[in-house]
Amino acid sequence: MSGFWIMLTGALVAACCGILGCFLILRRMALVGDAISHSVLPGIVIAFLVSGSRDSFFMLFGAAIIGFLTVFLIQMFQQSGVQSDASIGVVFTSLFAAGVLLVSLNAQHVDLDLDCVLYGEIAYVQWNSLTIGGVDLGPKAVWLLGITLFIIVALITLFYKQFKLCAFDPALAAAIGIPVALFHYVLMGLVSMATVSSFESVGAILVVGLLIVPPATAYLLTDRLGTMIGLSLVIGVISSVAGYYVAAALDASIAGCMVCVAGVLFVLAFLFSPSHGFVVRKLRQRVSTAREAY
Amino acid sequence: MLNLFTDPNLQWILLGSILLGISTGVIGTFAYLRKQSLIGDTLAHAALPGICIAFMLTEVKSVGLFMIGAIVAGMIATVGISWITRFSRIKQDAAMGIVLSVFFGLGIVLLTQIQHSSYGNQSGLDKFLFGQAASMTSKDVYTMTSVAIVLIVVCALLFKEFKLISFDPGYARGLGFSVATLEQLLLWLVTIAVVVGIQAVGVVLVAALLITPAVSARYWTDRLGVMTVLSGLFGALSGAIGTWVSAGTAQLPTGPLSVLTATAVFVGSVLFGPRRGVIAKLLRRSSAKREWAAENAKQAGARVNASAKERGVSA
Repeated sequence: MSGFWIMLTGALVAACCGILGCFLILRRMALVGDAISHSVLPGIVIAFLVSGSRDSFFMLFGAAIIGFLTVFLIQMFQQSGVQSDASIGVVFTSLFAAGVLLVSLNAQHVDLDLDCVLYGEIAYVQWNSLTIGGVDLGPKAVWLLGITLFIIVALITLFYKQFKLCAFDPALAAAIGIPVALFHYVLMGLVSMATVSSFESVGAILVVGLLIVPPATAYLLTDRLGTMIGLSLVIGVISSVAGYYVAAALDASIAGCMVCVAGVLFVLAFLFSPSHGFVVRKLRQRVSTAREAY
Repeated sequence: MLNLFTDPNLQWILLGSILLGISTGVIGTFAYLRKQSLIGDTLAHAALPGICIAFMLTEVKSVGLFMIGAIVAGMIATVGISWITRFSRIKQDAAMGIVLSVFFGLGIVLLTQIQHSSYGNQSGLDKFLFGQAASMTSKDVYTMTSVAIVLIVVCALLFKEFKLISFDPGYARGLGFSVATLEQLLLWLVTIAVVVGIQAVGVVLVAALLITPAVSARYWTDRLGVMTVLSGLFGALSGAIGTWVSAGTAQLPTGPLSVLTATAVFVGSVLFGPRRGVIAKLLRRSSAKREWAAENAKQAGARVNASAKERGVSA
């Protein structure tokens, strides 16, 4: 049963990240997930200091607030003329540094296992289960991720056209009256939500990996956004299921194996994609030069 | 705080932080201009499998070996990023993200292998990853000095070439430079700076040392030479102030303090930078508004005069 819950959690994370990652890649902000997953540290520490408990609700709340703050600051600096990559980098490193300082200032009160907070372990998912009225309803993480996924799917399907246009041509979107800034914030808010609700249970690295690698793989396989999202979902789910079995066989970190499987799938697509693959393009080049020579 | 000038151990740490700040600041300028600011973060994470493999092969916890492993892994990572961007339509940011997460994932798998097998405790590996500036010894400072000198000399010698590929790679190619080789060389220099930095401030914060001074410097000048020097200076200043403050208090680590100092410099630059700064922009806007109002008033006055004259003539 534990295997099932782990794979289900992994697949839910993969679904949340796979959908949002497609838009991030198109907007060239792939590393926002990485930034958020690091910058939430001060939020977690402050929530812990204020509430004095290690209850995950307070931590999630603190993390979510700082996650939105991160997104807001990145956008603010970008609008004042800082390059987007640099703006992401400055914001998340400063917040992380503030978090580390807070931890070391309160070292005697904070009994936080940083490794565990930042690099949560997916293998423990099934032990943290939600019970209402004495009925075991399954792992908390599954519920949390399920709700997140539901919100993401609902918002993206409702405003699919708007999100699509904002991703490909923000100028045109603005010209025909779509509130581009609002949709940007909604997208980033969703990314922040997905990151925060996954990292505690599965670890930051899995979120970052699944946010970028499966969508990038899908991007090499198709030219249509709808297909890309579907493929990205499938690739993400395959990575988490296959990753679990690889981890079980090697007795290694589950999250690490899931990301590695996604990486292998990416390399395969990079080499052998029928439309954009390295091998296919080289072959096509050779054929065309041969034809020219002929 | 006075003990900074008397305690030889602290002096070593101070010197190390300053040298690290200078070299990452200088290298970071080029990374920033080439829109690769997050390369530091990527390479710092990508170092993990290199460190693990170095440990698995030798079974010795030696900082020198870890650094070699990290540098080799970082170099492979840079090659990976270059290949992905050159041979597919994936953009730089996504390529960096892919390399970051896959390498780090691999590193975690290797780390669990080390934990589960007979290699024993991996606490030394953790320490290397999270950085301990306070435990820097004279030997580490020697390494940093030589690395800093090598980085600065290479940047000075290849300044023109790096400038060209930062601003106009197409033109550089037209002039007959091997742009791919130069780009790779620049990335390798970044790798070396990052790996040395990891040891002092840790994986996440080393990214800040590359980005923040360079972005701050950009606010003060439009010339690359000045920007490089300024960025190095800001880096050195952050390192020095970070060390100074952390020496004064017992439990504050140097790395985060240096990063926060750099952030303070950045915020100052965003506010007060000439021409690009927020305040300069506001002033310019208000003076433009005033000028425009004055011009309008003058024109209105002239129009009134002219119409009055016209009327006077016609009357």
